[in-house]
Amino acid sequence: MNFDMTEEQQMLADTTRDVLLRGYGNVEARNKVVDAPLDASPGYNPEVWQQLAEIGILGLGFDEDSGPIEVLAVMTEVGRRLAPEPIASAALVPGAVIAEHGTAEQRALLDEVAAGDRLLAFAHTEPGRRGAPDLATRASEQGGSWTITGRKNPVLAGDSAGTLVVTAAMPGGGSGLFLVDPAHDGTGVRRVGYRTFDGQRGADITFDAAPAQPLGTGGDATDAITAAVLNFQSALCAEAVGAMDESLRLTTEYLKTRKQFGVPLKTFQTLTQRAADMYVSLELARSMSYYLAVSVADGRFDPTIGARAKLQIGRSGQHIAQESIQLHGGIGVTAEYPIAHYAARLTAIDQTLGSATDQLRYLVGQVGSYGTVML
Amino acid sequence: MKLALSDADSAFRDELRDFFNNKFPADIRERVRTDSLNYPDDVVTSMRVLHEAGLAVPNWPVEWGGKDWTPLQRQIWSEEMRMACVPEPLAFNASMVGPVIAEFGSQALKERFLPATADLDIWWCQGFSEPEAGSDLASLRTTAVRDGDHYIINGQKTWTTLGQYADWIFLLARTDPNAPKKQAGISFILAEMSTPGITLRPIKLIDGSYEVNEVWFEDVRVPADQLVGEENAGWSYAKFLLSNERTGIARVGTSKVWLTEVKERAAKTAVGGTTLLEDPLFAARVAEVENELLALELTQLRVSGSEAGGQPNPASSILKLRGSQLQQAVTELAVEVAGPDALPFDAPDAVDSPEWAQHAAPRYLNYRKTSIYGGSNEVQRTIIASTILGL
Repeated sequence: MNFDMTEEQQMLADTTRDVLLRGYGNVEARNKVVDAPLDASPGYNPEVWQQLAEIGILGLGFDEDSGPIEVLAVMTEVGRRLAPEPIASAALVPGAVIAEHGTAEQRALLDEVAAGDRLLAFAHTEPGRRGAPDLATRASEQGGSWTITGRKNPVLAGDSAGTLVVTAAMPGGGSGLFLVDPAHDGTGVRRVGYRTFDGQRGADITFDAAPAQPLGTGGDATDAITAAVLNFQSALCAEAVGAMDESLRLTTEYLKTRKQFGVPLKTFQTLTQRAADMYVSLELARSMSYYLAVSVADGRFDPTIGARAKLQIGRSGQHIAQESIQLHGGIGVTAEYPIAHYAARLTAIDQTLGSATDQLRYLVGQVGSYGTVML
Repeated sequence: MKLALSDADSAFRDELRDFFNNKFPADIRERVRTDSLNYPDDVVTSMRVLHEAGLAVPNWPVEWGGKDWTPLQRQIWSEEMRMACVPEPLAFNASMVGPVIAEFGSQALKERFLPATADLDIWWCQGFSEPEAGSDLASLRTTAVRDGDHYIINGQKTWTTLGQYADWIFLLARTDPNAPKKQAGISFILAEMSTPGITLRPIKLIDGSYEVNEVWFEDVRVPADQLVGEENAGWSYAKFLLSNERTGIARVGTSKVWLTEVKERAAKTAVGGTTLLEDPLFAARVAEVENELLALELTQLRVSGSEAGGQPNPASSILKLRGSQLQQAVTELAVEVAGPDALPFDAPDAVDSPEWAQHAAPRYLNYRKTSIYGGSNEVQRTIIASTILGL
């Protein structure tokens, strides 16, 4: 048992950090990218995207050489810099699904993804169906050809994805995975892109008998979907830890430098005690993020572990986001200072793939089924 | 990163688990479970059984009965012991004075005290806190004045846990009142409780228990060879003592055992046509505490897993802070389960309220102590803020 990163994983984190720092050295650089008009920009910096591709970040987890721990290392840095590049949502998470289950031809798409030339999106969440046990989007077959009908929203990075990985209920029961090309008119796919409140991009996508290609051999893919959701949750948790880490660093810096009543704020114990509690929240969140990533890396695709990690990340994220703003004072709610942007991202992560409350509801449903809680 | 134990650590755990569950006296474990341990006999028996098996003082140097375990193995030892409801070795002996004597004491002191300390032939108590020196321990006023080959000790100690059973006390006393810093004039001295001039008064706690005492020293003559290490260097030994014992300080295993009992009883407690455990409001509190326990357990494993290099992981300061809060949370839930049955106390057998329920509220009140002793949680936060965050 150990929770240390290997030298290679640490180097991967350092390299990612360097690239993102060059792209987003200050809050203005990020604001400029995420505030750009929807039709004039993809919502991230194409140059940064290309650099990420060049150092191999966009293909992590597509082969045996890397997996959830490498993704964790990278996503923590993404969270630290609040980079808007949809690394997990447009490349790593849907890419891993194709890598694991796709046909040789489908896997060939991954070369383009890793090269930064094709974006993917995982179209899974459905409007108005929180906690639903099944999917409303349906797949149908006619003469060996498949189509999909239904609606997915929010689909993160769905606005600019060249290929969608879509989940849909199968005619014979269970849930399947399909690839859908959303790009062309007249294909039964209508997507409306938007900006999320925290500066990401997403889309509301309606499928009306849209031609779809079963992923791999097709059929029931319930386990593959569970794995994809856990991979996504793990990436989000790691990103949140990076965002919390940087929020706390910014806040402690502020307490050291900002003066009121003629003294630095850190003179006031009412503030430093709260900063200490933020540190506790951060480290508990980090532990749970490791727990999920290590479990998934070991092939333990247990939704309970996802729920546990995401519950802690939700709790810690909210605590750190709120206290970071409060300890900064008025500047903490401005767009020109970074701290509130971290709070926004942490809030968005909580509401992606099940909030802390959703996870708690899930855990409550099984709390009576075992005696002692175990890892 | 790897969550699973290595084969060697896994075998290590299984061996301990077997010993604690199958070879350790079952009656004592049952009394731990029901919170009715017989003092001091059960504590003495437990420590001797553990010592016999080489499991009482693993953190000591090997030549004095310690084990060359990794921090992770110590963690496994501590948690397995707690999960099996085996009483931990008396902390004053095993994790406080023993390591200090082993590290800083003369060869003569080691030979005189370490074997008897490991075997609990000597029951130690701690003389650190004073009425005017709580969190600000260095402001202590008890004095030790050198007089030939003796020290003459005067002053008062307090919160002396289980002092009523103690044979000896290790105490901090001021030997140089003129030292430039108040920390610099303090010495670490050993005294036999039967020495003339030492008197002890028990302090009754809110749950009716006697755990702590006040201890007075009035012209107590202690042989000078009972000084540990150097005169006036006691503060650094005290800091060593206080930082030494991180293993198991979070008491995750104990909280897990208690929470399991809370769940079992909640599942049998009817409320509004269902059971308390099926009530979403109560179940959510249980689920949340369970999650927090796992997060702390993982943090503890991270800390012990990365301490192999000898440097304490800064995250270790979380363990006391969060561990105490979770112990308190579990005792709080137990009161909720007891409900109105929590009201009777030490009632005649004919009273319907079960004994555990009668003890729930006193235990809850007693456990408010955990966020106060061993460096209050406010002190822990100050340590985090200053040493980790640089505030």
